[in-house]
Amino acid sequence: MATTDGPDFGERENYLNAGHGLKSWLLTVDHKRIALLYLISITFFFFIGGFFALLIRLELLTPAGELVQSDTYNKLFTMHGQVMVFFFLIPAVPAVLGNFLMPLMIGAKDLAFPRINLLSWYLYIIGGTLMVYTILNGGVDTGWTFYTPLSTEFANTNVISAILGIFFAGFSSILTGLNFIVTTHRMRAPGMTWSRLPLFVWAHYATSIIQVLGTPVVAITLVLVALERLLHLGVFNPALGGDPLLFQHLFWFYSHPAVYIMILPGMGIVSEIVCCFSRKRIFGYKAMTLAVVGIAVIGFLVWAHHMFVAGISVYAALIFSLLSYFVAVPSAIKVFNWTATMYKGSITYQTPMLYCFGFVGLFTIGGLTGLFLAALGVDVHVHDTYFIIAHFHYIMVGGMVMAYLGGMHFWWPKISGRMYPEGWGKLAALIVFIGFNLTFFPQFILGYMGMPRRYHSYPPEFQILNVLSTAGATILAVGYLLPMVYFVWSMRYGKPAPANPWNAAGLEWQTPSPPPTFNFDEQPVVTWEAYNYDGIGEIPEKEREEVPVAH
Amino acid sequence: MPTSQAVVDEHAHENPALLHHFATEGQQKNAASLGMWVFLAQEVMFFGGMFCAYLVYRYKYFADFGSASQQLNIWLGAINTAVLICSSLTVVLAVRAAQLGKRMALVFWLVATIFLGLVFLGIKADEYAEKFEKHHVPGAHFSYHELLPGQEKLPEAERQYANPHHAEMYFSLYFALTGMHALHMIIGVGLFGFLACMAWRGKYTPEFYTPIENSGLYWHFVDIIWIYLFPLLYLIDRHR
Repeated sequence: MATTDGPDFGERENYLNAGHGLKSWLLTVDHKRIALLYLISITFFFFIGGFFALLIRLELLTPAGELVQSDTYNKLFTMHGQVMVFFFLIPAVPAVLGNFLMPLMIGAKDLAFPRINLLSWYLYIIGGTLMVYTILNGGVDTGWTFYTPLSTEFANTNVISAILGIFFAGFSSILTGLNFIVTTHRMRAPGMTWSRLPLFVWAHYATSIIQVLGTPVVAITLVLVALERLLHLGVFNPALGGDPLLFQHLFWFYSHPAVYIMILPGMGIVSEIVCCFSRKRIFGYKAMTLAVVGIAVIGFLVWAHHMFVAGISVYAALIFSLLSYFVAVPSAIKVFNWTATMYKGSITYQTPMLYCFGFVGLFTIGGLTGLFLAALGVDVHVHDTYFIIAHFHYIMVGGMVMAYLGGMHFWWPKISGRMYPEGWGKLAALIVFIGFNLTFFPQFILGYMGMPRRYHSYPPEFQILNVLSTAGATILAVGYLLPMVYFVWSMRYGKPAPANPWNAAGLEWQTPSPPPTFNFDEQPVVTWEAYNYDGIGEIPEKEREEVPVAH
Repeated sequence: MPTSQAVVDEHAHENPALLHHFATEGQQKNAASLGMWVFLAQEVMFFGGMFCAYLVYRYKYFADFGSASQQLNIWLGAINTAVLICSSLTVVLAVRAAQLGKRMALVFWLVATIFLGLVFLGIKADEYAEKFEKHHVPGAHFSYHELLPGQEKLPEAERQYANPHHAEMYFSLYFALTGMHALHMIIGVGLFGFLACMAWRGKYTPEFYTPIENSGLYWHFVDIIWIYLFPLLYLIDRHR
């Protein structure tokens, strides 16, 4: 096995220098190059969505609506939601890190269907182009949920192009999931049994099941909404006797499991990083695998907790409330097991590990406040308030984006062949953590005090907390821009990365950084369990040295 | 589940159809087949959303939907069902011909499948045309004045008519369901046209006929959708 220690740029062929020119990138079928195409595209949409978020926070700096009209404000939060959910959060980890790492982690040359992988990126780009068209053409104001009859009858903004964009992005997501399922089943290296798979792979397998079974339902539902606008089909039209609740059921049947599409891959990342920087095998491997599959399965049975005040039967609400509590069990198992993995481990505090600490803490707060919302009585009080906003941002931003950034730092040496500056990394992680909490913790209080979501003005007594939140969002923006800058900087000026800078146990570290086009010089044969940290030494001293932060 | 499928077979790379990232032909075939099944699972959920909507409204507006359902031509629906079942047979025969390496038989059965698919689409187009003539297409020109099922036996003064709004919902779902099904048929016909050309050039051998087999799976799936659509749209509440 090639485990070269020193940098060998310019001598060895790898996936980055295997071909040159735009064509070699746009027609590539190499999963690692497609992952980079995705990385660039989702980063673009992350900053578009973030731009809308900043405008929202700016508007909420003062109680009166001073910056934008209420119509514009409706468009801002709608497009913030749609861009962030469908064009960043859902594809982020699977299509970038998953795409890059799944074949490497199971010892395969590529995903099962490399051309379908490329097709899924093109579908994403078509969808993204339609979304950009929607934004430039004046936006859409239905809320990211497209509730009928607002979206079918009354909205006179660009509903159809937004729906089409999301439809294409959805099929991109389905094809990624399909590829991962088949890859996990059929492409594992000799000796890589299911019980030896890294939890990152298990998490992506569970995610893929949701992508394949959930996404088509929202796809056809949105098609029906578009047909209702375009051809006046009457499926959800109340004037004909159509039921807007049916739309909500069909929409949340996907869109609740979609939050597990966002968080499960993040959990996979955290499992990898926690083991590596604790130098320990994961605590309760089997429980962890059952927990991800459990979250995926139970996650399909809780959707109507979004509709407790929408007029569903009280008995249905009771059942959905109970099932929503059940989904907390596997989630809690994961948090306990990460903590138990760290217990008595030789913990070192590199940047990826800092993000994992952030993830575990913030995910726990986000998850526990989710239980408040699953309780029928409390939900009536805080429904459609900033409490909800704070809750799901703790999961999606505090959980998922933290995990994504942690994963980007952890695998950046493998992806780029360069080390990122560790000192700057730690600083950015700290800024993100502080900025995040300052942005969203006040929103819990605002929501509890009764500030509703989706309004561009509010009573003056809420101003202090809103100012804190806006200040936090500004700090958070700095925290997100920093890694972007030093990642790009490190591609040229970073210290060349060895094959295994963290002395980590996964198969992906057994090949040079950056890997060759077909991943491994010879077919790996696996004879060890996952997270075999007992036989591996400490993290090399030279990687633990801190680069002092410039003052 | 074999876990060591990737054992390198020295002779495997002699087959030009074997892609670079697979170790053996068996691994490639298994991957393609599983991929198709996962895709079909996705298709079940895609149609499932519309079936769910249909069942909710069928239950809610049972009699009105029954009245609207009687506007469909049951004989055309039945003939189309028979046509599709026959096309499933021709697809199976095409797969069989590919397994045996009979090139001309493969091309013949593929063309036969295309023919039956086109017959189905032609009949469907005729049914759609009738809906346009009778103003049963949802939208501004929709009009509906028909009795509820079983009312024709009553004296004229006591007869009840179906709610035209609910009938419009029925036809909305009818066009959504059969339209999406027809779209899948058109894609299938195009697919088989491509496969027939490739088969004519002798691209498929008893060792490599995965595209035929997987396209066959797709075609069977589209047939099964119709097997559910026919009773749901044409037959329920028809006995009165």
